[in-house]
Amino acid sequence: MTSQEWKFTIKDIAEKPDLFLSGHRACAGCGPATVLRLIMKATRGPTIVTEATGCMEVVSSIYPYTSWGVPWLHTAFETAASNASGIEAALKIMKRKGRIGQEQVDVIAFAGDGGTYDIGIQALSGAVERGHDFLFVLYDNEAYMNTGIQRSGGTPHGAATTTSPAGSVIPGKLEFKKPIANIMVAHDMPYVATASPYYWKDMLTKVRKGLEVEGPAFLHVFAPCPRGWRSDPAKSMEYSKLAVETCVFPVWESVDGQCKLSTPSKLVALAPQKKKPVSDYLQGQGRFRHMFKPQNKKLLEEVQRVTDERWERVLKNCGETAKTA
Amino acid sequence: MQSVAKQETMALAGDQAVAYAVKQSDVDVVAAYPITPQTIIVEKFSEYVANGEVETEFVCVESEHSAMAASLAASATGARAFTATASAGLALMHEMLFVTSGCRAPVVMAVANRALSAPLNIHGDHSDSMAQRDSGWIQMYAENAQEAYDSIIQAFRIAENSGVLLPVMVGLDGFTLSHTLENVEALLDADVKAFVGIRKLPNVLTHEGKNTPFRLDPANPMTMGPIALQNYYFEFKRQQEEAMKNALGVIQQVNSDYAKVSGRGYGDGLVEAYCLEDAEVAAICLGSTAGTMKTVVDALRQDGVKAGLLRLRMFRPLPVEQIRSALANVKAVAVMDKSMSFGGNGGPVFHEVRHLLYDADKRPYVVNYIYGLGGRDTSPTELRSIYETLQGILQAGRVETPIHYLGLRE
Repeated sequence: MTSQEWKFTIKDIAEKPDLFLSGHRACAGCGPATVLRLIMKATRGPTIVTEATGCMEVVSSIYPYTSWGVPWLHTAFETAASNASGIEAALKIMKRKGRIGQEQVDVIAFAGDGGTYDIGIQALSGAVERGHDFLFVLYDNEAYMNTGIQRSGGTPHGAATTTSPAGSVIPGKLEFKKPIANIMVAHDMPYVATASPYYWKDMLTKVRKGLEVEGPAFLHVFAPCPRGWRSDPAKSMEYSKLAVETCVFPVWESVDGQCKLSTPSKLVALAPQKKKPVSDYLQGQGRFRHMFKPQNKKLLEEVQRVTDERWERVLKNCGETAKTA
Repeated sequence: MQSVAKQETMALAGDQAVAYAVKQSDVDVVAAYPITPQTIIVEKFSEYVANGEVETEFVCVESEHSAMAASLAASATGARAFTATASAGLALMHEMLFVTSGCRAPVVMAVANRALSAPLNIHGDHSDSMAQRDSGWIQMYAENAQEAYDSIIQAFRIAENSGVLLPVMVGLDGFTLSHTLENVEALLDADVKAFVGIRKLPNVLTHEGKNTPFRLDPANPMTMGPIALQNYYFEFKRQQEEAMKNALGVIQQVNSDYAKVSGRGYGDGLVEAYCLEDAEVAAICLGSTAGTMKTVVDALRQDGVKAGLLRLRMFRPLPVEQIRSALANVKAVAVMDKSMSFGGNGGPVFHEVRHLLYDADKRPYVVNYIYGLGGRDTSPTELRSIYETLQGILQAGRVETPIHYLGLRE
């Protein structure tokens, strides 16, 4: 069954047994845990998972317990993609030598923003350049949450973390979020997409497409972290929606270099008047609280300006004509 | 005399001998990154791949860190995996070496031993592998290209033994062995294939309670490389120590099995004693230095000096009993180190040998000779001077200088 035929109805999802099982130690309202559970629902058959060190690795594999219903390997922080390379190479040759069955075995690598943007980017770039057939899923909770909220290359501008605190001189993180998905598109790889778990059908369809494509696929998933974001655990999905509606996190996909807006962001592009201001998304998150102080007004304006610029770039990349509200 | 398998004499540099052994050993995955003086191994193996001479997935990775991560993952998937590196490359792998041994992945790696920066130096010494002493890898050092070839083949059998399941590092001295052409007797492909066999996977109990082969298999999900905290971590580490102990016996067995096929054995597989039986003065060394040392010992014997040599083929696991018994009657010992442990009162081999002799019935005088760093040449005359120092110690009845630097401008 291909992604085009697959409907991903609520019933399908409910009926498919969980492969990321309950009993893990994730916090209440954890975005990544929801993302992983859903993504494992979109697998198409035998699957091997490898995971970088990080929140999801730690909460799911506390010996002698495990949350994994599939074979799973963790080795280090920066090795999700290099492990996937080794697994894929081993499967290929062992199949050729007739030492394992001939059925398709998919390989998924999960990593957080630290394991992707920062310490893992070399291995990821290398694995993609070599063309290994695997799906790399970045669950982006926008900081090193497992070690206590330190900034990463994926932390947004202005956010307060423990290594970019909102001080009296420096108001949170000065740098902007690295455009990781664009960097992956620049690798000329077959499939790159961004997704938000609020739009779960869109996300699952992208997972399936990433698995079906020959060669490497990269999926950048937005994954709120109530602990790190200082946000209400009940609102993780709401923020996943707002991030798309404010164009802080547009969802799109690139198939063989052809970029296309996905429906949730396409709706914003078609009705620019409905595009929400970034403050709607930032409000309520403790990490951005300082940005609403009068003296940081400029910071807020700058975030809006850069968000708009990046949205325009996404529209351009996706062949959409920019419309002003 | 027992008949041995037909062999082919080939002119091979150490690196080429390693590549040839890997070609013959039914290796499934080679993930490697080039670095001097290991480069020829990767280049030669790439040629085998390009010419369709091997059934191996060659993953030409972007760093040594990924080389080890990919080798480990391939091994966890059930494949036989090999990689090779040297110096800075081995240092970059450092983190993953511990993970590989901790995951009990029997990866085999050749290390063309080379100095570490700074200053930058591409030549041979043991600084790189000695810095990985506690990484949980079995470490063996070859004396010549022939032994490098033989050891790689043996390494797969040792690593994959169900009582061991540890990764194995085979050291060959950079340039001295890696780039020097020697006559190597190579076994025929079929004999190597029969010796290494297809990788056997031990059965383990999964979290679902299934007794199943130890690999990532969708039919039998297994969680590998989990987090284990205060309540379990320690037991994992203790098991690695047990595996190292088991390796001592397995290495001896593999050495003797290999001798039956090839006609070549290296001492008992752990240590090789040369003229030690009645020796009063002896040196201990690793690797290619032993070749020169043997000619020095021969010359000394001609001159009536009761000189001997002990070559450590294995450094991890350290053959404690074998070393102690080999030195039982020696009165003065010089331990040779081709690396330094700055501020550590001598080199690593010295530390360990002197330490194990503390419990010997008769303790010999023990001194340390640090030599050959950054590929500094060590002449037979200099090596002979070591024995002269030992004789002086016996005459004086005491050690004046415990740590010597051979061939150094002071």
